[in-house]
Amino acid sequence: MSMAMRGIYIIWYRELLRFVRERSRMIAAMAMPLLFLIIFGAGLKDSMGSLAPGVDFLQFMYPGIIAMSVFMTSFMSGMSVVWDREFGFLKEVLVAPLSRSGVALGKTLGGASVAMIQGILLLVLAPIVGVDLTPLLVLKLIPLMLLLAVTVSALGILIASRIQSMQAFQMVMQVVVFPMIFLSGVFFPVENVPVWLEVLAKINPVTYGVDAIRQLFITTEGGLSVSLFGHTMGIAEDLAIVTAFGAIAVIAAMWSFEKQG
Amino acid sequence: MNAIETHSLVRKFGELTAVKDVTFDVRQGEIFGFLGPNGAGKTTTINILCTLLNPTSGRATVNGFDVKRQRTQVRQSIGLVFQDPSLDEYLTAQENLKFHAFAYNVPDTEQRIEEVLKLVELWERRRNQVRTFSGGMKRRLEIARGLLHRPRVLFLDEPTLGLDPQTRESIWQHLLEMQKKEEVTIFLTTHYMDEAEHCDRIAIIDYGSIVALDTPEVLKAQVGGDIVTLEVRDTESASRELVERYNLSPRVDSGVIQFEVEQGSRFIPDFVRGFAQDIRAISLRSPTLDDVFLKLTGRAIREQEGDNKDLIRAHMRAWTRGRQ
Repeated sequence: MSMAMRGIYIIWYRELLRFVRERSRMIAAMAMPLLFLIIFGAGLKDSMGSLAPGVDFLQFMYPGIIAMSVFMTSFMSGMSVVWDREFGFLKEVLVAPLSRSGVALGKTLGGASVAMIQGILLLVLAPIVGVDLTPLLVLKLIPLMLLLAVTVSALGILIASRIQSMQAFQMVMQVVVFPMIFLSGVFFPVENVPVWLEVLAKINPVTYGVDAIRQLFITTEGGLSVSLFGHTMGIAEDLAIVTAFGAIAVIAAMWSFEKQG
Repeated sequence: MNAIETHSLVRKFGELTAVKDVTFDVRQGEIFGFLGPNGAGKTTTINILCTLLNPTSGRATVNGFDVKRQRTQVRQSIGLVFQDPSLDEYLTAQENLKFHAFAYNVPDTEQRIEEVLKLVELWERRRNQVRTFSGGMKRRLEIARGLLHRPRVLFLDEPTLGLDPQTRESIWQHLLEMQKKEEVTIFLTTHYMDEAEHCDRIAIIDYGSIVALDTPEVLKAQVGGDIVTLEVRDTESASRELVERYNLSPRVDSGVIQFEVEQGSRFIPDFVRGFAQDIRAISLRSPTLDDVFLKLTGRAIREQEGDNKDLIRAHMRAWTRGRQ
């Protein structure tokens, strides 16, 4: 096996091993989307009424929550880099005869895999929310989630590669991650909102990931989908934007790892 | 070919020069010690040799590979035990070694893992997560891991730092045993004098420069005889008498006088009979590396623990931030 492949594989494998070891992490990561779904869903469902014919608030929010939980878990792969630095294991990785780009890619794929597991687990809730899951839908959903997961993992790792402490990373989470989630159309359609909010939402690449996933579940009518310059985005166009952003994030993360001491 | 060769190594962190013009060779199969107080530049030198840091100037080869241009070959041919732990605490001992074996492409993984775990007496604990291990066990596991891929040089940065004396002793037994078994060259840093005694040769490093390099015996012989420690009521007049009447060069340190004489056991009886001052206590001992360091630098090695290190740490942090 080449040096790059060895790095990708062993780092990916360890991420999964760690995930299986730390069941509390899995439970904690499930708790938040569940909370949002139950509390916001139950609380707002009746007062919001139908957002479009046949779409209530819960059905609108559910695909967004899936995207959000993939986003959150993926971004946490950056946390694992900071964690490894703090506890010394990163040194073991950095002095090994492995390609640094491979290590960054392995971390990205490891974080993305964990996020995929989390996202797929959330699909169990579909019947409770009143969403019909067909095998075809799931089959289409998986590559979409994977694309979002890889993109966000790479972003998390890119940021983490420049951060020395856990506290600093948590601060970045506060100022980067939460705004990105709240401004991504998870909780409300980003059409028919004040202009400043619309602009912020539409320069946020996560918005298009959320939109692509949502379009698999519900109709694009009634301003529930994202439009750009008056044009309603299709899944393919959403994906193109996420892919472009993802490619940049992955390359930047690899480059940044090559520069590590 | 020497295991390690360095030529005029220099490493600067901004204003601070951590390593100043360091030149030395380490021969195949020897235990070579880098001895000096914290912040003397020991870890920086190790980091350069194991390709984690680039030297500002100068050359270094490890196993014949250039540390700047042949990083991968250097990395593949060395083992490392860092000052701070670098294990994955949530994985078992065996899983940590498996990770390492895969990363270094070790051919007979299972067999080799068993070998090294038995060498450090952790085979029985292989299925336990590392976070359940004591400090000494973790260090042993790191040594086993450092050896796993059969490196030709093993680097140990303060291998017994923070361990109690008993554990330190047992770590050293393991190290010496494994050095014999695996025929590996060992490069270690320490600020424990007694630990440096285990080395075949020692380089004493202070403020980034090598001030002496030889076997412990030769270094100690430089001190010039035995060390006499003297406690008197009036250190000032006693010192004066030692200089004027006995032609010695005494040092006063926290109310105690120290000086060196040849053949101390023959010197003392006459001295005690003839000395004009009131002697409270007198003792005689052979020189240690501590005395060597004191003689070479004018300071005891333990005096500056902490301060220098904090300075370097602060510089390192500022530097990594600035660089990224």
